[in-house]
Amino acid sequence: MAVRSRTDTFVLVVNPVQCDGYGHCAELAPELVHLDEWGYPILATAPTPLAARAVHESARLAVRHCPRRALRVERHPAAPASSRSGARTE
Amino acid sequence: MPVDEARSLPRLLAGVLGQPASLAEHRARYGATPPGAHLLDELEAAGLTGRGGAAFPTARKAAVVRAQRGHAKVLVINAMEGEPAAHKDRTLLATNPHLVLDGAAALARAIGAARVVVAVARDEQATARIVRQALGERERQDRGLTLELHTPPWRYVAGEESALVHWLNDHQALPQYRPSRPSILRVAGAPTLVDNAETCAHVALIARHGATWFRAVGTAASPGSTLVSVTGAVARPIVVEVALGTPLRAVLQAAGADPEPQAVLLGGYGGTWLAASHLDTPLANEALGPLGASVGAGVIVVVPTDACGLRETLRITRWMAHESARQCGPCAFGLPALARDLQAIVAGGPDAPAAITRLTERSAAIAGRGACRHPDGVVRLVRSALEVFAAHLDTHRRGRPCAVGARRPVVAVPELEPEEDLVWQ
Repeated sequence: MAVRSRTDTFVLVVNPVQCDGYGHCAELAPELVHLDEWGYPILATAPTPLAARAVHESARLAVRHCPRRALRVERHPAAPASSRSGARTE
Repeated sequence: MPVDEARSLPRLLAGVLGQPASLAEHRARYGATPPGAHLLDELEAAGLTGRGGAAFPTARKAAVVRAQRGHAKVLVINAMEGEPAAHKDRTLLATNPHLVLDGAAALARAIGAARVVVAVARDEQATARIVRQALGERERQDRGLTLELHTPPWRYVAGEESALVHWLNDHQALPQYRPSRPSILRVAGAPTLVDNAETCAHVALIARHGATWFRAVGTAASPGSTLVSVTGAVARPIVVEVALGTPLRAVLQAAGADPEPQAVLLGGYGGTWLAASHLDTPLANEALGPLGASVGAGVIVVVPTDACGLRETLRITRWMAHESARQCGPCAFGLPALARDLQAIVAGGPDAPAAITRLTERSAAIAGRGACRHPDGVVRLVRSALEVFAAHLDTHRRGRPCAVGARRPVVAVPELEPEEDLVWQ
């Protein structure tokens, strides 16, 4: 297991093919998700620090309770600057 | 080869357009492919980029697949040409099919592929016949390689590489969600390289003449020649081969198009409108990028001064919405909503000002949220239309129908098939 640094960040990511717009994520992680006019999630693209534990917990709840299993949390190491290839999926 | 000769065009379209060269004629015209030990190095030095739309460096893409384990790799030649405004791959195959196949064979050997799949849309029966005939002529030519023709259904997104590979595996021409790029595509489990048909023809010529020859035309950042499909305000739809970096106006002249149009649509249906004031811009991504445009799939649609660009955009958007694979919500619901907003704007009723606001907001909400780039292309089209046709937009905003509304449409948009008739298998 990778060492969890205080400055690591994460983003919540959706598989748009899998997503059917149930919208549970917007209720479970309102800090990161709002729904478009058709009920599909628009996710915060800016990385959130893992240190923001409450937000991280919301994201994990959203992942766990997605009826379509369309969400995942991608962790990015703090340094060097986060790159997609360096991302880990929780 | 002397420099003058290296600079002469056409390179890819030598011969009579639409008259497919037999293998013997092809040999007489282009000579045989020399055995190339360092093809990928030569492609890298040539700076060849993919001609299917993404303009990704061909050598780099090939090297990723070559580095994969195993010898049973697959090369897919993408001649799907789902872009209705493009007919350059079809024209190339109908003229020099063996040039494409030479390039395919050379690339296959370079990456360690034993199987080559040529993908031609099912509706393009004439092209499929030409390819089948050419493959038959080459039976003793490409030792150690299996070359096959496959005919997926013609859909706008069916030529997107993940959709094409998905069809080859499961007969579903649907784009796949690929969270990490570059991801390795696989046909029947084997690492797979997908390259556009025109790209392969360039490979065949670089294998013969080398990188320096290739760079004798084009710009430093965008070397070589490229095929351009010119349609719209033109005597007849035509494919021209030009050096990258040729000013757009010169491309229009070469195609016999209206030299003083209102605007051109560049790249494809999911491309960018450019006002006539930009026609001195070179056809090269380094020059077009700052304008938000790109060469794309080598498409130029010419719109004359007496047409309504908003109405043309509406017609394209409606069709693009219909061609959504309906896998992703923002695309499946968002694109028809954009079409409805455009409809309200073009109609010029009291709802027009609100529709302009909605269109702008919805475009922003949809961009980047599909598994493939289909919705992003429509957003690019719509946003550039609002800018380039601002004068028309103002007329419509004030609730007046457009003065040129009665003119015959310019862009040859295919008819909408009933939804239940759309074939994805």
